[in-house]
Amino acid sequence: MATKTAWAATITASSSMPDEPDATAASSGPDDPSRRVRIPVISVRADAPQFQIAAKNPRRAELVASSGFVLAAASFAGFGAAYWQNYSNFWLAVTFSVGFAGLGYGMVVWGKYLMPRGPFSESRHSLVPTSAQREVFVQDFASRGKVAVERRGFLVKTLGLASGILGVVLAFPLLRSLGPLPGKTLRQTAWRRGSYLVDVTGRKIKTGDLEVGGFTTVFPETDIGGAYSQTMLIRVDPPPASGYLTPPPQFAKQRATWAPQGYIAFSKVCTHAGCPVGLYQELTKKMLCPCHQSLFDVTDAAIPIFGPAPRPLPQLPLYIDDEGYFRAQDGYDEPVGPGYWERGND
Amino acid sequence: MIDALFNWFDERLGISGSGRKMLNKIFPDHWSFLIGEIALYSFIVLLGTGVFLTLYFVPSSKEVIYEGSYAPLRGQPVSEAFASTLNLSFAVRGGLLMRQMHHWSANIFVGSIVVHMLRIFFTGAFRKPRELNWIVGSTLLILAIFNGFLGYSLPDDLVSGTGIRISFSIVESIPLIGSYAAFFLFGGNFPGNAIIPRFFILHVLVLPAVIVGLLSAHLGMLVRQKHTQFPGRGNTPRNVVGAPLWPTFVAKTTGFMFLTVAVTGVLSAFFQINPVWLYGPYVPYKVSYAVQPDWYMGWLDGALRIMPSWEIVGFGHMIPNVFFPAILLPGITFGVLQMWPFIEARLTHDHAEHQILDRPRDRPKRTAFGAAVFSFYFVLFGASATDVLANYLSISLNVVLTSFRFLAIAVPLIVFPVTYRICKEMQSVPTAGKRKRANVVLRSAEGGYSTVRAEERPGDAVPRVDPLPLDEDLQFVPVMAGVLAGGDVLAEETQPESPAEVDSDRPRSGIFRIPRNYR
Repeated sequence: MATKTAWAATITASSSMPDEPDATAASSGPDDPSRRVRIPVISVRADAPQFQIAAKNPRRAELVASSGFVLAAASFAGFGAAYWQNYSNFWLAVTFSVGFAGLGYGMVVWGKYLMPRGPFSESRHSLVPTSAQREVFVQDFASRGKVAVERRGFLVKTLGLASGILGVVLAFPLLRSLGPLPGKTLRQTAWRRGSYLVDVTGRKIKTGDLEVGGFTTVFPETDIGGAYSQTMLIRVDPPPASGYLTPPPQFAKQRATWAPQGYIAFSKVCTHAGCPVGLYQELTKKMLCPCHQSLFDVTDAAIPIFGPAPRPLPQLPLYIDDEGYFRAQDGYDEPVGPGYWERGND
Repeated sequence: MIDALFNWFDERLGISGSGRKMLNKIFPDHWSFLIGEIALYSFIVLLGTGVFLTLYFVPSSKEVIYEGSYAPLRGQPVSEAFASTLNLSFAVRGGLLMRQMHHWSANIFVGSIVVHMLRIFFTGAFRKPRELNWIVGSTLLILAIFNGFLGYSLPDDLVSGTGIRISFSIVESIPLIGSYAAFFLFGGNFPGNAIIPRFFILHVLVLPAVIVGLLSAHLGMLVRQKHTQFPGRGNTPRNVVGAPLWPTFVAKTTGFMFLTVAVTGVLSAFFQINPVWLYGPYVPYKVSYAVQPDWYMGWLDGALRIMPSWEIVGFGHMIPNVFFPAILLPGITFGVLQMWPFIEARLTHDHAEHQILDRPRDRPKRTAFGAAVFSFYFVLFGASATDVLANYLSISLNVVLTSFRFLAIAVPLIVFPVTYRICKEMQSVPTAGKRKRANVVLRSAEGGYSTVRAEERPGDAVPRVDPLPLDEDLQFVPVMAGVLAGGDVLAEETQPESPAEVDSDRPRSGIFRIPRNYR
């Protein structure tokens, strides 16, 4: 073998595996007598019970199986007809399923009753190589590596450099261009000082638009339908003499004028997982998030009183302008919606 | 003709050599080995029906006015994704069937993977040398759940849109990288326009490709390592007992595939699934009552619901509430799941190879642990229906939720000792689980009673035959082909081991009669 390399020679020399096929096979044709596979003759009796079929009455089993196939044929024809005639989904599905059920039934009966019932066994050999095999492999792998890699430190370094740069390049333009950086977007909504409260059709909300106990979803004019600026405007009660709903003590000063004439507005984005807190219970004055059942008390600064929500819904400070329209005194004073790492406690 | 064609391939690919051995591959007969096949075949159904759906589905959140055949929504602004889902359901022939089958088989797919995994777990089939295949399999479970979620999010209806909203919050809750990850995934802040096309390409290309790859590895390892088997007559660690690949297993398993298709079809014919036209298109400020995800996301939804309202804030940072149930819990769940073979080996100091399966009762600790853990997730699954249960049972939502918080801790603590006890009891009763022969009580004409044993029914005592080895030097194929004795066909390459064994006068019974002049 003149063409063999030094490595290949090593393999042949050091491999002592007993089952190694004839090394000269590559050079001989299919009719080479040395290549003949020896197929021994079996010494099993054909009437061994394992070769018997399971059916006591093969004719009947055959009939049963074939009736499955006939049923399948009829159903598939029916499927074709139903499809052609544009019948309903129901008939398409029924013919389709009955067809496959017939096929499957026939095949299973065939396999179960009309084929050798067994059991048969095959032997299982351990996949664990002998220590000699492993040694040869490891030695070979390591010695080749020594020859090919270890002496070429400079090549390895430059290869590393190229792959490293590729990695950085892939991470940066590619991953980075998937989307913008969050920046301040999670902290702000479209609500600004003086924003009108408009409904989903863009109509400005005026005093008297809601009954006592009524509520509606409002947006700033610039972001109608916005996922983050959606806000729930609720008309709670006839207001006390001051004209403003009284906030709970901890907000007594800050929120004294935020809810004029019994109208109060909270962010509609749940502080738990961000679903719209869409259910308002007029009797108990609670807002319920239908996703995970957090309950917020409207009369108590929308503090969560039940469920997984960890924080109150942010409140939008309102005022009523000279023409009677609702407007925002300012945007929300904290990020709306669920928490995130950079949020901190503001 | 067929001979020539086969020869053409054989000369180029060398099928006959290794192929003959493959024909003898043995598949154990136990029913529990079929559960994985259900997963495989429902995946095939998913691929087939899924290709059909991609022909008509438009993955775009561009707003259009719906003008299709579903009257109640006509004239409404909807996304192209939603409109095309309605279109392929109502206007495309067979479209609704394909969509229903796709959704049903997705549920069956994940379900059969879970049950398959439970079987592997409780019988200890994951032990050495099959740890790798356990990891591949549990990765497949994770991918199947993910892809199911992506899939049902695509129609952009009100329910799935709410799910996408929650998933944004979940990604956002990851410490350090959360908001960046969410913005990169969604191409900006929620909702954006990128998520439907991105979910689409993940759902129809990336994840299926990975699943196909891992599935091949799963089956490849199975063939290489061969099946495990239950203890039984003739079953040893050195053999595999069952039916050979060709023809018995091929017939049975093909039939089983058709039956899986048929069951999926029946479900699609009779049980409506995900009628998105009733939910309506997704609008960020709308939400519907009783929002539940598909069943395999139920445990996550339940965990989100029963999580106490904790949140960690400090040093100007926050670990949000949803992080614990929706990132940490699945992380621990799948981490422990994937590492289980090594965890158990560490605990039991059992590092030996195992080819024979355990009966669950013989490993009471593992069985009890598995049952307790499973019951925990089952309680979480139940907790995803708190609102429905409160409504249905006419009790306060608060009571239902508090009960589930309690049950999530209590049920596993009860299930563990009870399961352990049952296992121990079953060990002490050797005939447990075996069918007993009935006794018939007779009353005589005089009024006296006597007992006789009933006649044997099929299955009372199965006369089991010893397995017949089909080893390298014992060819099943020639027997099947009718070349049992003499070996004429292969004469040129055959040397009888001992001429005495070649007995041409052997009685020719059974179905494999040997034709005299077979050439």
